[in-house]
Amino acid sequence: MTALLDPTAPLTATGNLRRREAISRLVRGCTTAATLIAVAVLVLVVYGVFSRGVSALSLGFLTEDLPEPGHAGGGIGPALLGTAMLALAATLIAMPLGVLIALYASEFAGARVANAIRLVLDLMYGLPTIIIGLFVFGLMVNHHHQSGIAGAVGLSIVMLPLIARSTQEVLALVPHTLREASEALGMSRWRTVGGVVLPAASGGIVTGTILAGARAAGETAPLLLATTVFANGYTLDFFGKAVPNIPIMIFTLSEEASPIGFTRAWGAAFVLLVFILLANIGARALLARSRAKMAR
Amino acid sequence: MAIDVTSARRLATRMNAPSRGARRVDRVGDGLLYGACVLAALLSVAVMVEVVYQVVSGASLAFSHFGLGFVGHTTWNEVFNRFGAGVFLYGTAVTSAMALLLAVPLGIAIALYLSMIAPAPVRAIVGPIVEMLAAIPSVVLGFWGLIVLAPFVRDHLEPALHSALGFIPLFGAAQTTGLGLFTAGLILSIMVLPIVAALSRDLFLTVPQELQDGAAALGATRWEVMRGVVLQSTRPGVAAACCLGLGRALGEAIAVAQVVGAGLEIHGSLFPTGSTLAAQIATKFPSAITKLDISSLFYLGTVLLAIGLITNLIAQWIGRRFSLQSGLLAGRA
Repeated sequence: MTALLDPTAPLTATGNLRRREAISRLVRGCTTAATLIAVAVLVLVVYGVFSRGVSALSLGFLTEDLPEPGHAGGGIGPALLGTAMLALAATLIAMPLGVLIALYASEFAGARVANAIRLVLDLMYGLPTIIIGLFVFGLMVNHHHQSGIAGAVGLSIVMLPLIARSTQEVLALVPHTLREASEALGMSRWRTVGGVVLPAASGGIVTGTILAGARAAGETAPLLLATTVFANGYTLDFFGKAVPNIPIMIFTLSEEASPIGFTRAWGAAFVLLVFILLANIGARALLARSRAKMAR
Repeated sequence: MAIDVTSARRLATRMNAPSRGARRVDRVGDGLLYGACVLAALLSVAVMVEVVYQVVSGASLAFSHFGLGFVGHTTWNEVFNRFGAGVFLYGTAVTSAMALLLAVPLGIAIALYLSMIAPAPVRAIVGPIVEMLAAIPSVVLGFWGLIVLAPFVRDHLEPALHSALGFIPLFGAAQTTGLGLFTAGLILSIMVLPIVAALSRDLFLTVPQELQDGAAALGATRWEVMRGVVLQSTRPGVAAACCLGLGRALGEAIAVAQVVGAGLEIHGSLFPTGSTLAAQIATKFPSAITKLDISSLFYLGTVLLAIGLITNLIAQWIGRRFSLQSGLLAGRA
């Protein structure tokens, strides 16, 4: 075998290799640029909302009743309370169900059934939110009337797959040795689940619920046919009346296209965005902490 | 690891048999927990079935009135009671295609950067920032699109694209409002981008380091490792991620309704107003009065639901086949 390579040649890039490395560098530059674009878009949107929304903000803006359409002044108080009620009610519906579904899929069901449940949850997650709105309209509003609870049911369908899937992922992280230790002590299934598995997974479950709640608080389409025709004042009649809420308010104001309305919409968008970003950052911090705890 | 849990449990039960009372409590507790779990799981299935049933049954009046011709018909007129989905199908297809064309290359590039190029501290900060894009509520993004993006599109983007690429009919003359399918496509690409980026990044991180090192040892440059090993082995997964992104783009109603301009005609150019299936429902439903009008909107919903479910099923199908493959790959490595 005669040497095709000259072993004494210097180890520097020549010809073809230089071209390949140039391409490689170019691609690395492109990926960096793409990432910068995404970050820039987020900064642009957040800056756009913050810079316009801050000026609308005051204590009165956060507490006062909604003004008559087209009038200046007033606040978003009832809508803030309404969005809080809607998100809370949706969480109360979706969290127990989501956790139970995840428990069933990971603790009780066989692989086949667990797969089927995962498919249903994924399909539910993929449902267009406006379809959820149509569903709620057909089920609870048509032939009856708009109500806060109809909106909350819609939001809970948005939350359910998120909570169930994130809970399932945390349950899979709970070490098997913990379960076996509990079994070995002669604990029954429900004591094992309630006393060992769920407490170990609680951090992740709470994180998933916060993220899902933040997502639901900003959803508009499930509410669009369920709780839109509301009065301007505070209402606690969650089951009988449409409840004012921030997303529908922003959507209506943006369709009306009046400058006064835009100012109020920016203020409301600012409040909503701050809440959602804080919830996201908080949930991430919590997740990092509980992960570290579980790894120990 | 391989402890037979069932036999261990049987042994444990025999060894420390509890008192009769405690046993009954446990039996009831176990039964209740199991029952509640089964009920919750069945309920989730029932909800999905009920969603489909409600949407389809709401559409039955329009279906008996227009039949399947509704899907291709291109007028929407409340006064003459003539409804069709054609315009909105076109709008949905165009905006979703645009969103994917913009978001998929960008998203994959971001995923490559985050998984293979960025140093760890940058990855820890920029990763969550990109995911945060997905947390912006659609109504806020749409409002931003209406007030900030649309004027920019009108004043700068549309004239520039028209003068540079005007020979392609897609880039016709600039419009007066900046609202239209083009702006809707831009907003949708912002919504799809974090989905594609985050899912692809997670996939790329699962590619075994040994394979990458092996390619590098054979003299592959960084890009050749990406192309030949990372992208090659995760291609089906990335396709599934794109399908999920597509599902999001197809179904987004609110943000699109805010920036699409609610046009009712099909144009050759991207810039004029139009509408999508989801946006048309969101815009028209609150003001729909007649039964046929409402039912026609449900018909649009049925079409949207069918497309959305098919897209998601394809994504799941590819995704499952892929997770099987990656399992095999990990076993071999």
